[in-house]
Amino acid sequence: MREQTSVKQSSTSWRNKLINPVLNKEFKLRMRTPKAMWTLFFYLFAIGLMAFSAIYIVEINTGGSRSFNPEQSKVLFYFLSFAQLGLIAFMAPGLTAGVISGEREKQTLNLLLTTQQSSATIVLSKLVSSLGFMVLIVVSTIPVYSMVFLYGGISPKQLILVFLFYLFVMLVLGSFGILFSSMFKRTMVSVIVSYGVTLFIFGGTALIYVVLMSTTDRFYTYNANTYSWIGHVLAWNPAGALYSILDPEFTDQAYRIYGQPIATNKQPLALWKEFMMIYTCLSILALWLGIRSLRPRMKKN
Amino acid sequence: MLQNNDVEIISVERLKPTSLEPAPTEKIEVPMIEIRQLTKTFGSFQALKSIDLTIPKGTVFGFVGPNGAGKSTTMSILATLMFPTSGTAKVDGLDVTKYPNEVRKRIGYMPDFFGVYDQFKTVEYLHFYGASYGIPKSEREQLIPQLLELVNLSDKKDAYVDTLSRGMKQRLCLARCLVHDPELLILDEPASGLDPRARIEMREILRELKAMGKTIIISSHILPELAEMVDEIGVIEHGQMIAIGNVADIQNRLRVKRFLHIRLLGREDEAEHFLRDRPLVNRLLRDERGIQIHFGGQDAEQAALLNELVAAGFQLVSFSEAQTNLEDVFLEITKGGDGFE
Repeated sequence: MREQTSVKQSSTSWRNKLINPVLNKEFKLRMRTPKAMWTLFFYLFAIGLMAFSAIYIVEINTGGSRSFNPEQSKVLFYFLSFAQLGLIAFMAPGLTAGVISGEREKQTLNLLLTTQQSSATIVLSKLVSSLGFMVLIVVSTIPVYSMVFLYGGISPKQLILVFLFYLFVMLVLGSFGILFSSMFKRTMVSVIVSYGVTLFIFGGTALIYVVLMSTTDRFYTYNANTYSWIGHVLAWNPAGALYSILDPEFTDQAYRIYGQPIATNKQPLALWKEFMMIYTCLSILALWLGIRSLRPRMKKN
Repeated sequence: MLQNNDVEIISVERLKPTSLEPAPTEKIEVPMIEIRQLTKTFGSFQALKSIDLTIPKGTVFGFVGPNGAGKSTTMSILATLMFPTSGTAKVDGLDVTKYPNEVRKRIGYMPDFFGVYDQFKTVEYLHFYGASYGIPKSEREQLIPQLLELVNLSDKKDAYVDTLSRGMKQRLCLARCLVHDPELLILDEPASGLDPRARIEMREILRELKAMGKTIIISSHILPELAEMVDEIGVIEHGQMIAIGNVADIQNRLRVKRFLHIRLLGREDEAEHFLRDRPLVNRLLRDERGIQIHFGGQDAEQAALLNELVAAGFQLVSFSEAQTNLEDVFLEITKGGDGFE
């Protein structure tokens, strides 16, 4: 047997800090399963199908004209962008809600928790690994998006902004997924709660906005020079925020509704900016809670 | 941050039992495990009730008791996976609740049920845990082949973990426990579910680890087989330690029932009635080999029974105490539980 081996602390080299053992393991194991390949395949298949369907519909609407109107290209881009957002909303909770509870169910978590890896390292590594896979999937859809460049009407800057927004949405939904995965022992519960929260973020906030808008519509008259507080509700919605990136005037429209006027006429903050501020705070909170929930804490019974 | 002052050094006076000289004060090391008034409750259920336990360094400690007695809870607390409701648990002088990271460096924990990452190769599995304990790659490259050799898995180093048998996975998990060379091994049922051959292999490995001077706390249903390598035993039931000591002492102290085997030359029916009337005979079994009785007395009562049988004119071919093993003793003292593990 070996001589007494001193347990040394991890090397402080940047590589070791960047790729810690848990992250290395997550990357390696994720890509070794056929599930990764099938996820990628079905995602690309879905987005490709949507893109070609959209082109087909536009072609029909233009009466089979060989020319392509840049405005129609814009519509195609919008359609693809929202479709991609929907797919991300569908994918992110599924990829993150089981990463910790799954280890708990497979009975590997306790072994991991007795190593020198901190709770933060474990949770953040799992998030980064899941995000890495999601980024791989989303980036692999770029060729589909590039079709819009054939017709013009969309700038590369807009495309980059949209992809950065996707990255942020994945981070947000991933953080929530990780939190529930850490909080709940059963993956099934974690997945249900994660999808429930995602549904609320996408559907619930939109519904609240619509209800508030239609309710206040009865009591207040339209005032073109004021903004309503109801617009802030839409800042909680990723689809609303995305649309404000695609069409900067949308923010103004969202606030300038039939509603209770606010005191100031100051131009409201762009929906996507407000969205990022809100969800940055919520994501940090979710990750903090997730890290705290991973290991037992002293409880005075 | 851990300060040197935080590590408690305990001076223990050990009395030499047969010495005319005043016993010298011997300064010894901090015990590897020191548990004081450890209590753990889950809602209204009290899993541990003020347990006290001290295990010196280098000791192999057997932890036995029926299912749900509190063995795994105690081990989980020592492994920093669970916090006690009250009381203290120290590993090498370090409180598990205050210095969990320092404690984790010192322990190798093998739970009763564990999973493995199936997509890893055996060698990758050990590399992962080695890296998780902060062992540099160059050091791991040398260490891992030695660990695989210790657990007899050298020929499986490139095999995927999911292709290993249950016994191999158990041994791999044991190798994982050793990857950072811990001073204390906490092994919760390391041989559960193994076939006799795999049990023997596991026992041999544990023997080697004992020879290396590791402190081992082990709960196992193969404890009777391990009796010769275990230095001390603790018996736990319903969250309470009901006996602690070396194997022989416990066996003697807890032997509440003897199994006597009697062979007669005829008159078996009369002898059966005669024995059934004796107050210390708890149970009687009769077969072609003779009569077996569960006897509640000690040596003196046993001798008296023999005299009575002879005085009554029975012709005895043999009158002997059947060999009881540790398992019989544990079964007897833990009969209130769900069963013996």
